[in-house]
Amino acid sequence: MAGGNVELKLVGQWASAFVTRVKLALHLKGLSYEIIEEDLRNKSELLLSSNPVHKAVPVLIHNGKPICESQIIVQYIDETLVGVGPSLLPADPYERAVARFWAAYIEDKLVAPWDRVFRVKTDEERGEEMKQMLAAVDVLEGGFKECSNGKCFFGGDCVGYVDVILGGAVSYAKANEAIFGAKLFDAAKTPLLAAWMERFCELDAAKAVLQDVDTVVKHGKFLVAKNSARASNN
Amino acid sequence: LRRQAERGREKKESSMADGEGNLKLLGLHVSPFALRVRMALGFKGVSYEYIEEDLFHKSELLLSSNPVHKKVPVLIHNGRPVCESLAVVQYVDEVWAGAGPDILPADPYQRAIARFWAAYIDDKLFPAWTGFMKAATEEVRGEKLKETHAAVQNLEKAFSESANGKAAFFGGDSIGYLDLALGCFLPWFGALRVMFGVEVIDAANAPLLAAWAERFGETAVAKEVLPEPDKALAYATKLKAYWASLNK
Repeated sequence: MAGGNVELKLVGQWASAFVTRVKLALHLKGLSYEIIEEDLRNKSELLLSSNPVHKAVPVLIHNGKPICESQIIVQYIDETLVGVGPSLLPADPYERAVARFWAAYIEDKLVAPWDRVFRVKTDEERGEEMKQMLAAVDVLEGGFKECSNGKCFFGGDCVGYVDVILGGAVSYAKANEAIFGAKLFDAAKTPLLAAWMERFCELDAAKAVLQDVDTVVKHGKFLVAKNSARASNN
Repeated sequence: LRRQAERGREKKESSMADGEGNLKLLGLHVSPFALRVRMALGFKGVSYEYIEEDLFHKSELLLSSNPVHKKVPVLIHNGRPVCESLAVVQYVDEVWAGAGPDILPADPYQRAIARFWAAYIDDKLFPAWTGFMKAATEEVRGEKLKETHAAVQNLEKAFSESANGKAAFFGGDSIGYLDLALGCFLPWFGALRVMFGVEVIDAANAPLLAAWAERFGETAVAKEVLPEPDKALAYATKLKAYWASLNK
């Protein structure tokens, strides 16, 4: 087994795109790990003690030591755990900085409003967050052009850091139209990202790890209904 | 820093190995994010041309080198822009790896911890204290101050856990990534003391951080780079007028 005698536990939850990022990284590196599935309405002692600040998944526990925050975990895996395949982050410092830039962009401008789309109470707020998300997707199309240099992935010929960071949310991207009525990566508007998504799904790691889209659709619709209902009950 | 720029212009002929002729930093004298980068460059002893931006009248260079965010800091190295302060600091650390001590810890686990707290500072502490400063009502101001102090408490705990709270800095004996990430706010915390009579890092509730702040202020990079709180205060006044004009 690649990675040698490494004790790796991943505290996660099936629906979380952040957890999916970490699973993708571990699979890409050929690393085995134990998955500990959390019920986030009833958090385990392990989760609360290993991530006392945020009490959130994912948490990677490596030889008993916890690492939190999905992007930091993915970088830790890339830098520390000897696995198979090339580095996720490029070797060149300038290209690394560009990758970090786009990873931060995805987090702040795409994922943050996307998360709010599920949680806000009114259709109006939902529409506003969706608008922000779609504007970010347009900008990200340019980001893909910059990172990929005409190749298949943000990482170039091979899957890289930004691919993993965005890749964690691919099942939600595919589910977006069924839940909210708008394609996230519309081939007509953002052809590079639409093509990237299809290519990404063909990866072994993606097939092993990405959530079933119908299940995500059901889960997404449930979240939206629950948060809207809470509003009308006030 | 004007001295440095002048020195730089004189030295342009002798093409410094450090990158003087081909290293520019677009910044704002009071921007904590720009200050992080200036401290990182100072820490490595790297000379560069500093360009002060007027964020109410952004330069063509800023708009073209950071078209996505149109924000400072932007480090332009050999004509290529690097944006996002923490990405820039890591870039500086990696490119000038030979020049002086490392900014990020050598140990990967310690690196992950430093990155965790830097992200916490940006995601939790920064919105809290800026929210406090911008608050339009007493109620929101109170909420944001509570959030700010809660974030400071977590950082106090983080400091106590690093080297059992016995080291001088988050980075150990000398400053590192996390020290820069937090230290850049100190001029603003000084300004808040004057504007609102509040102490963000209260010696009674966060004694380790209060002592750290004193030590940090005494370091060479802090002395060279951090502006006096009254500069932040003057800028805050300018900002308040701007926000007020937006609310009309």
